[in-house]
Amino acid sequence: MKKPVNYSGRRKFLKNLSIFAVGSLALSGCGPVTMKEFLQKNFRTLSKKEKDDIIKDLEKKYTAKYGKEFHVTDEPAAGGVEFGYALDLSRCVGCRRCVYACVKENNQSRDPQIHYIQVLQMEKEKGIDFAHSDVHYNPELVPEEGYFYVPVQCQQCRNPQCTEVCPVKATWQEPDGIVVVDYNWCIGCRYCMAACPYGARHFNWGEPTIPADEINPETHYLGNRPRMKGVVEKCTFCIKRVRNGKYPACVEVCPVGARKFGNLLDPDSEIRYILANKRVLVLKQELNTQPRFYYFFGV
Amino acid sequence: MKCYLKTKLKIEYLLFLSVCFLIIGCNDTTEAYKLGQIEKINPGSKSYLKHEEIAVSPPPFTDGVFPCNDCHAFRKPNAVRRKLEWHEDITDMFNHDSENRWCLDCHDLIKRDSLRLASGKLLDFKESYKLCGQCHGDKLRDWEVGVHGRRTGDWNGKKQYYLCVSCHNPHSPKFKPLKPEAPPFREDAEIK
Ligand code: HEC
Ligand code: HEC
Ligand code: HEC
Ligand code: HEC
Repeated sequence: MKKPVNYSGRRKFLKNLSIFAVGSLALSGCGPVTMKEFLQKNFRTLSKKEKDDIIKDLEKKYTAKYGKEFHVTDEPAAGGVEFGYALDLSRCVGCRRCVYACVKENNQSRDPQIHYIQVLQMEKEKGIDFAHSDVHYNPELVPEEGYFYVPVQCQQCRNPQCTEVCPVKATWQEPDGIVVVDYNWCIGCRYCMAACPYGARHFNWGEPTIPADEINPETHYLGNRPRMKGVVEKCTFCIKRVRNGKYPACVEVCPVGARKFGNLLDPDSEIRYILANKRVLVLKQELNTQPRFYYFFGV
Repeated sequence: MKCYLKTKLKIEYLLFLSVCFLIIGCNDTTEAYKLGQIEKINPGSKSYLKHEEIAVSPPPFTDGVFPCNDCHAFRKPNAVRRKLEWHEDITDMFNHDSENRWCLDCHDLIKRDSLRLASGKLLDFKESYKLCGQCHGDKLRDWEVGVHGRRTGDWNGKKQYYLCVSCHNPHSPKFKPLKPEAPPFREDAEIK
């Protein structure tokens, strides 16, 4: 199953560029980085001691920046757990509560705006049809007659194309199935964004801004810790929460209860019940990305 | 360099693919299994709440209406179907198979602080989901396994659930429309 990972890829890739390009990529791309951060190794090759040091530095840096005591963990995947998600298309009313619960939990930039969840409004008559979908719908009340709603976020593929194309291996799939990004390692080339058929990866074109009173100081290194300009980010099923046993923020906030989450390896989980008993589909099945994010019809 | 070229080709291939395939894959459950390598489980094997699951909130009564006996203890019960001169809000909204139903299909005539099943069994308002389950058995089953309705808490441990009546007014159960949150400024990435 496990492919050998070539961590020297980043070095090789960088060597292909001129020294000047390296400097400008790293420095303009990553905002204020310290020399230490620039020279940091890939997160997966760090020793426990090195990780602890990096995390301490980050906590200090964020605490100073946001004036709130920050915690950064690197809680690893638990054994016997593979996360799965299911969304009930017959319930979703398109209210977008999930979009903003996600922004808040995961410290997404407010301006420039980043949303991990796009809610697409589609015509019932046409069925699922991305070409004719609309994310800007804004009526007085939802749902609107004749429409249904398809929220799309990272599908946490078993066969992710985004991680394959990363020239520096800054993004990978964890043992519990979550696809993560090491922001300190990402060079901002955006190949992963081009490779993702779901539009689920987002680039920090500018320095992210988050009001200090809205920042969530409980963070994970591979998830909701503050990002910098020039890196790619994405949904991690709320890695900080789910590795702590909690439901993702979008699941908890959904007023119609359309969002379901659990352990695919646990035969008693909600998610397994859905896969066994409901009509289930995945988006763009032909691409063989094999999402762990399912859509179903609860009726 | 070879590796880089390969990557680039792959991206172009993928872009090509994603342009070509706008259609969605719709698969039945068996295929979902294959995708996730999940073997079949026994449907409906859990048909009751686990004891570590507790309600998020008590029955969502209007202030001052419960206990009902604050008034009804002093009133002669009247089982005749009629237009009530009290509880106007409920009489006005009543739209739950209202042609064939009335208050006393769910409320007890004598013990007004209880709900009543068709069998005559009395129910606490905390267990109103059992009342709903009399006529919506499929929904009750889905709710008990966490598929219909909403839960908060731990995905692998203590959970809280919402009662049917926190989403559906029992007298007019259609889910009420909501005001949507603001749309995004622009699409920074899109699925097309
Ligand atoms: C389908 C079953 C059903 C029918 C029919 C029904 N009720 Fe109810 N009613 C309930 C349930 C269940 C509750 C408890 C809701 C809760 O937990 O907050 C309730 C709550 C109430 C309350 C308290 C409401 C509040 O504002 O908190 C009143 C008063 C009431 N019913 C009166 C009536 C009257 C009068 C009728 C006939 C017109 C009626 N009900 C018909 C099931 C029913
Ligand atoms: C503030 C006083 C008051 C409270 C509190 C109250 N009711 Fe009533 N209710 C009345 C009155 C008055 C009538 C009679 C109206 C009529 O005859 O037209 C009535 C009638 C009813 C009836 C019609 C059957 C009958 O015996 O007349 C039902 C059913 C009923 N109430 C249910 C409830 C339930 C359930 C609650 C508690 C959740 C409740 N009521 C709380 C005042 C009250
Ligand atoms: C005595 C039988 C009975 C009981 C008890 C009952 N229902 Fe119903 N319910 C019906 C029938 C019949 C319909 C279809 C009515 C219609 O289409 O107008 C219905 C419809 C509904 C609908 C769909 C409404 C719509 O317009 O889409 C919901 C939601 C619902 N019930 C929820 C509940 C809840 C929650 C409870 C418990 C508080 C409950 N029901 C208890 C018989 C019942
Ligand atoms: C988290 C909120 C929530 C809870 C809790 C909930 N429902 Fe629903 N239910 C919905 C929504 C949303 C719909 C779809 C919208 C609609 O048509 O009203 C729905 C639809 C229904 C329908 C209509 C049939 C259908 O599938 O569309 C019935 C019947 C129903 N629910 C019964 C129940 C019963 C019984 C319970 C408790 C055992 C319950 N619901 C708990 C949100 C909820």
